[in-house]
Amino acid sequence: MSSSNNPSTVGSALVKRGLADMLRGGVIMDVVNPEQAKIAEDSGAVAVMALERVPSDIRRDGGVARMSDPQMIIDIQASVTIPVMAKARIGHFAEAQILQALDVDYIDESEVLTPADEENHIDKWGFTVPFVCGATNLGEALRRIGEGACLIRSKGEAGTGNVVEAVRHLRTINAQIRRLHSADASELYALAKDLQSPLALVQEVAATGKLPVPLFCAGGISTPADASLVLQLGAEAVFVGSGIFKSEDPVRMAKAIVEATTHFEDATIVAKFSTGLGEAMRGAETSTLEVRLAERGW
Amino acid sequence: MPRVGVLALQGDVREHVAVLRGLGADVVEVRRAEQLDDLDGLVMPGGESTTIAYLLTTSGVRPVLERRLAEGLHVFGTCAGLILLSREILDGRSDQWSYGVLDVSVRRNGYGRQIASFESPVTVVGVGEVPGVFIRAPKIETWSDDVEVLATLDHGDGEHPVLVRQANVWGCSFHPELTADTRVHELFTNSL
Repeated sequence: MSSSNNPSTVGSALVKRGLADMLRGGVIMDVVNPEQAKIAEDSGAVAVMALERVPSDIRRDGGVARMSDPQMIIDIQASVTIPVMAKARIGHFAEAQILQALDVDYIDESEVLTPADEENHIDKWGFTVPFVCGATNLGEALRRIGEGACLIRSKGEAGTGNVVEAVRHLRTINAQIRRLHSADASELYALAKDLQSPLALVQEVAATGKLPVPLFCAGGISTPADASLVLQLGAEAVFVGSGIFKSEDPVRMAKAIVEATTHFEDATIVAKFSTGLGEAMRGAETSTLEVRLAERGW
Repeated sequence: MPRVGVLALQGDVREHVAVLRGLGADVVEVRRAEQLDDLDGLVMPGGESTTIAYLLTTSGVRPVLERRLAEGLHVFGTCAGLILLSREILDGRSDQWSYGVLDVSVRRNGYGRQIASFESPVTVVGVGEVPGVFIRAPKIETWSDDVEVLATLDHGDGEHPVLVRQANVWGCSFHPELTADTRVHELFTNSL
């Protein structure tokens, strides 16, 4: 029998992106307490996002939205066996340091919270914990990856229960990837300039035809059909915020969205789990919103 | 050409499919029980073991796979897949079930949460050194004499098996599918 006793490396891009790979085909659910976290795990969630208020409540309440109370995160970590993520404000690297010290599994540098820096996002390369960031287009996604993000989620418009922005952002990112993939090598310099993105990443996307990290979808998913839609549009997993615990029957809705995410290509199964769910969360028409969260970050 | 299924309910299915196709296997993604028919082997990928266990139950795959395993279906579980094959799960959910066809006890996240996830080379019997990617990895804590240990790792608390085989059942704590080195998968496909 052979044995290995070599020095090991933590925090490499491979292990950070690797956890995102393990979450593919799954549903990451926003939870505000250990009871909801248990419901999420019981319903097949691959991870939970621990936060004090779901986006629709943040939207309603206004004020400054910050990182959650550490005690709440610790209580949720103790209540489930699946990965626990938490949100830091855009640019607030001290909140991120605290979340890393709390041993969270992923940090979401999120536009749902009030930004702390209007120019700079967090320099994510310096952290051992991996980061997920939102993006509305390919340029934004590649800027975040350039800063060290290991997972991109299309932003959508959180807290609205309206999938239209999620669809817009996913379609935009994928159309821009196709454009790069079909471009001549000599065109990539100008395309990098247009995208305001690092050239090396633009060249990588042009060569591979996909993002260097997984692409998930967030912001407005509130039914099993929404999940099936965004997966068919190329998302590899979904974040569901207000859509579960603001629905009439959160347990059934959570389970139904999990099934729709796995069986997104099989409309018979999605139909079965869409039946008798009760009311989805009350949605909002995005053209009437006072605050558009997707415009935070750049 | 062996016909190999990849359990495709959740997790890093795509990487396993790509590696197996590269090795010349006829690959089937398995989401429904009838897709287990006529397989020479099955790979159970990394992912969240609680989620995959839940979906095995709701999809109706669970009892059919149990029967196929009892009949001797060759199976290779990585990470979450290892957990689902093990006889005993430590630090799991109180109601977490497993197929119990691999006589080991595994501790979920036995190598720590994500911040402790690591890369380390692993030396595999008959193969040599392969890259090991350990992500919230399960740790094999005890194993019976029926289990052949193909690789171990000392991650600061003594040698623990990280690649094992018991007859038709293979289990791995790390993720060979996340690297370009296909030799661990080759060990499995060569056994079919």
